[in-house]
Amino acid sequence: MKALIKDYLKNFKGNRYFWAGLVMTLMILLIAVVGYFWTPYSTTEMSATERFQAPSFRHLFGTDNFGRDIFSRVMKGIGTTVFISSLVVILSGAAGIVIGALTGYFGGIVDEIVMRITDAINGFPSILLGLVMITLMGSGSHNLIVSLAIVFTPSYVRIVRSEFIKLRDADYIKRARLMGVGHIRILFVHILPNIFSVFWASMMIGFNNAILAESGMSYLGIGVQPPDASLGKMLSDAQGYLMTAPWYALSPGLAIVWIVLGFSLLSEGIRRLQE
Amino acid sequence: MKYFGKKFITLIMTLFIVSVAAFIAFQIIPGDVVTSILGTESTPEREAQLRAELGLDQPPVQRYFSWMGGVLQGDLGVSYRYSKNMNEMMPVAELIGDKLPVTLWLAAISLVLIIVLSIPLGVLWARSKSKLLDVLMGIGTQTAMAVPSFFLGILVTYFFGIFLRWFTPGGYVSYHTDFWRFLGYLLFPAISIAIPKIAMTARFLRNSMMTEMDADYVRTAYSKGCSKRRVMYRHVLRNAMMPVVTFLGMIIAEIIAGSIVVEQVFGLPGVGRLLISSVSTRDFPVVQILILYITFVVIFVYFLVDILYRVIDPRISSK
Amino acid sequence: MRKKLTSYLLMAFLLMTTLSGCAGGTGESSGDNSSKEPTYGGSVVVGIQQDVDSLDPHKATAAGTKEILFNIFEGLVKPDENGNLMKAVASDYKISEDGLVYTFTLRENVKFHNGNVVTAEDVEYSLKRASGLLDGTPLISALSVITSVDIVDPKTVQVTVGSANTELIYSFVAAIIPKGSGEDANADPVGTGPFSFVSYAPQEGIVLAKNANYWQEGLPYLDKVEFKIVNSPDTALLNLQGGSIDIYPYLTDSQANELKGKGSFQILSAPSDVVQALFLNNAVKPLDDVRVRQAICYALDKDSINAFVAGGGAMLAGSAMLPALKDYYVELNDVYGTTANVEKAKQLMKEAGYPNGFDLEITVPSNYAYHMQTAEVVVEQLKAAGINAKINAVEWNTWLTECYQGRNYQSTICGITCDMTPGYLLNRFQSESSKNFINYKNAEYDEVFKKAQSSLDLQEKSKYYKQLQELLTKDAGTAFIQIPPITIAMKNTLGGYKFYPVYVQDMSTVYYTK
Repeated sequence: MKALIKDYLKNFKGNRYFWAGLVMTLMILLIAVVGYFWTPYSTTEMSATERFQAPSFRHLFGTDNFGRDIFSRVMKGIGTTVFISSLVVILSGAAGIVIGALTGYFGGIVDEIVMRITDAINGFPSILLGLVMITLMGSGSHNLIVSLAIVFTPSYVRIVRSEFIKLRDADYIKRARLMGVGHIRILFVHILPNIFSVFWASMMIGFNNAILAESGMSYLGIGVQPPDASLGKMLSDAQGYLMTAPWYALSPGLAIVWIVLGFSLLSEGIRRLQE
Repeated sequence: MKYFGKKFITLIMTLFIVSVAAFIAFQIIPGDVVTSILGTESTPEREAQLRAELGLDQPPVQRYFSWMGGVLQGDLGVSYRYSKNMNEMMPVAELIGDKLPVTLWLAAISLVLIIVLSIPLGVLWARSKSKLLDVLMGIGTQTAMAVPSFFLGILVTYFFGIFLRWFTPGGYVSYHTDFWRFLGYLLFPAISIAIPKIAMTARFLRNSMMTEMDADYVRTAYSKGCSKRRVMYRHVLRNAMMPVVTFLGMIIAEIIAGSIVVEQVFGLPGVGRLLISSVSTRDFPVVQILILYITFVVIFVYFLVDILYRVIDPRISSK
Repeated sequence: MRKKLTSYLLMAFLLMTTLSGCAGGTGESSGDNSSKEPTYGGSVVVGIQQDVDSLDPHKATAAGTKEILFNIFEGLVKPDENGNLMKAVASDYKISEDGLVYTFTLRENVKFHNGNVVTAEDVEYSLKRASGLLDGTPLISALSVITSVDIVDPKTVQVTVGSANTELIYSFVAAIIPKGSGEDANADPVGTGPFSFVSYAPQEGIVLAKNANYWQEGLPYLDKVEFKIVNSPDTALLNLQGGSIDIYPYLTDSQANELKGKGSFQILSAPSDVVQALFLNNAVKPLDDVRVRQAICYALDKDSINAFVAGGGAMLAGSAMLPALKDYYVELNDVYGTTANVEKAKQLMKEAGYPNGFDLEITVPSNYAYHMQTAEVVVEQLKAAGINAKINAVEWNTWLTECYQGRNYQSTICGITCDMTPGYLLNRFQSESSKNFINYKNAEYDEVFKKAQSSLDLQEKSKYYKQLQELLTKDAGTAFIQIPPITIAMKNTLGGYKFYPVYVQDMSTVYYTK
């Protein structure tokens, strides 16, 4: 027993993915929490004399077209973006697991209907869905989260479903069934853990996409409204200044890369630990 | 045969659901094509006249069925916004038919890049015992996946367009004018689309293969004296391809349905951009057909994936 | 904070003075090449932002379409770069004493692009079509006052109108098209302009070729003009630098600065024909109180808005009139000042019963980056006066339906395009006007407007129009901000570009230099 734990800890130590990912993710979370209470400069106050300042000790990431400190805005933006994107991925991932598991495992008429609906959502333009949502429910970040979660669910359903179809006929599942294990237990105890590696990868992609979709949606007026900051919105605002102020796009862009990379390294590390 | 019949019926059903949903959506969202066309110059008389001209003065249900009747007879209608000449509007079939090759070729080039690069990379990665390669591939793919597509498009533009001068940013050439230059230009947007997808697919394949290699049957195969090579390609790769095929299917469907961001960054007049602009100008006939097209593509690609499944894994068809 | 405020005011002032030379370049084909000799031939690609909404000159409404069609079609008269009318298809016109009968003499030998000479029948047809005499619905509403169009002789057409209005002559810029071409199903657009239509591809652009028979001697210079749709300003900049666009007329201030450093482009700038304002819905609380509206006007710092969004290149607006219409414009920037007067704003709010400020929602069409940026600055400025403003970004069609037509909003930042007719912008603020989306109600305004419209004496008319602007501004019907600049980038080898007080891209005078 002792040897096992020792072994496990050894694995833990040698797992560079895990540690790198953990450090990167903790840094992001720390910045998000600090940013919620304090930023070096005001995130909304403008200054005409300090427009488009290149990165310096005064302004680590430079300033934007309104002379606002980009570092402060990235701090605030990370919080907003991580919050929105995580919720979207969690909601759609959870829905994807439940729906995909049930339909993939049981099949039948419900499977047919659910697949028709996911097909329909896949074909339906998210911009049109966004417009409908905002008309029905009004603007605000909760609607943004719901809209995006709806858009993202079908892809998870697909992945989970195909994995469940593959595994439901596996020998060990058949054996478990013969031994009288209940369906629910088979679904979530016997099959689910086996699809995590596949599922994680798509969660990470989903996270990345959610960040970008959030900025696309803010164009329609859903979600984060200026002058509040979110990484996606900052990135799309920075588009107009790529040549004059490259640091403006670079800071939120790299922040997104950092967040997604941190998360995926962490998940890779966890996956390796399990192996 | 029964299988195909069933698939066909579900296809028709889904298309119907989607078209009704889109129609209802158009009833809900604010503004219609008349407000969009007349803008701030709108007067009640012009508005009434235009509504009558476009048939928008009829009750919604009737409008839906007359549109539907047209589509069933092969008449996809005319755009509300795009002119063909001074007095006629552009037929939807012609409009989309003109934009479709751009998107299809873009999808084709991207797909070739993805398959040609990701499968060897994935297999190499899964088979390799080298720690260094593992770390490099791990970090490399993860970084490639973490870069937002808009950002990537800009980076490709800078690197290939402005730094290396291999292509002129925005210098899109229509396939009517010069097909080869058209393809040459498409290569760069295709690279932007392909990079994260290559990373994803390679990872996916590698993870999938790693799982398979631990499976009982692999051990059995080895114990039966099969060569490593044979086990790898006949058994492991074959089984590991299943989720990868689904994944590739999703990617293809996504690209054919229009890569909006990439079309935007590279100034390609493709289907994705047409959809966005048609939604914002409330060009209902165009949006409807585009949605039907996208849904059709998605379902059709999944249908092909399904058939491929049967080829790869014969167990499924027996059920 | 205070120190920062004063320092950026100073900066704004400096920017204003250094850049005012730029804005003063109205109507001049400035740039280094005006002295160089023009050559004939060559082709240019002009980047445009929007797709054309119609190829029918009478039905087109979008400014982005009219600016292109200007090269294909001409009216009996057409605007010139100084805001005056020049004779085009008509070589002369007379207006009767009572202002009810217009007699146009056709210019000799003006040819359509199809080779046919413009006849009185074509003119009759075009005017009847535009004014609704053919089928009852006017396509150009200003021309709906026309009661009859008669051919006097093969070179003379007489137009009778129901009521006199000296500004009606500006509406005769309506395109003259061949008789019957408005009904001919397969008709390509045919006009008399300097360029003829070649092809149009949705989402890609429109191609024009030189009209060799153009009636103005020596014009145009270019053989081919292509208007290419570039959907984002950023792509446009890449296109300019990559060489796939030669002229781009919608540069932002930061792009202009970027290109200036590069040296291969000329950057020209002039005021646009748009008045940008924080439009206030006069019918909703708390904006129904004139003191609250005035407080908002005082709270705005137009100088710093200008510095932030236009790099100081905009003209500040104090009234609903373009300064380019010199005879009618009255300078009203002093009423509320061009810098913020927070004390005054707070005092007015206190008087109105809002000592602690109030909430204000600013609806902004999100497709206009310029208005969105202005809104961000305005929110900050209002905050300083204790007004808790927040932005509600909406898609353009939602804005049209909810704000413009539904009038269901508190305040909005947008721009109203003007026309060459001074009455055009003032017309919408009459109490019962269907375009009065700010719900401004003032009986005196309505009365003066009627007097101005019916007045046939220019001096008197000018007096009334100035009075109207004063009424609107003093009532703070709306908080005017600025007239944004148009900034264009043009390749160094090109010359002859002309700015117009209206929104057109006249390519006939553009040439390659030797």
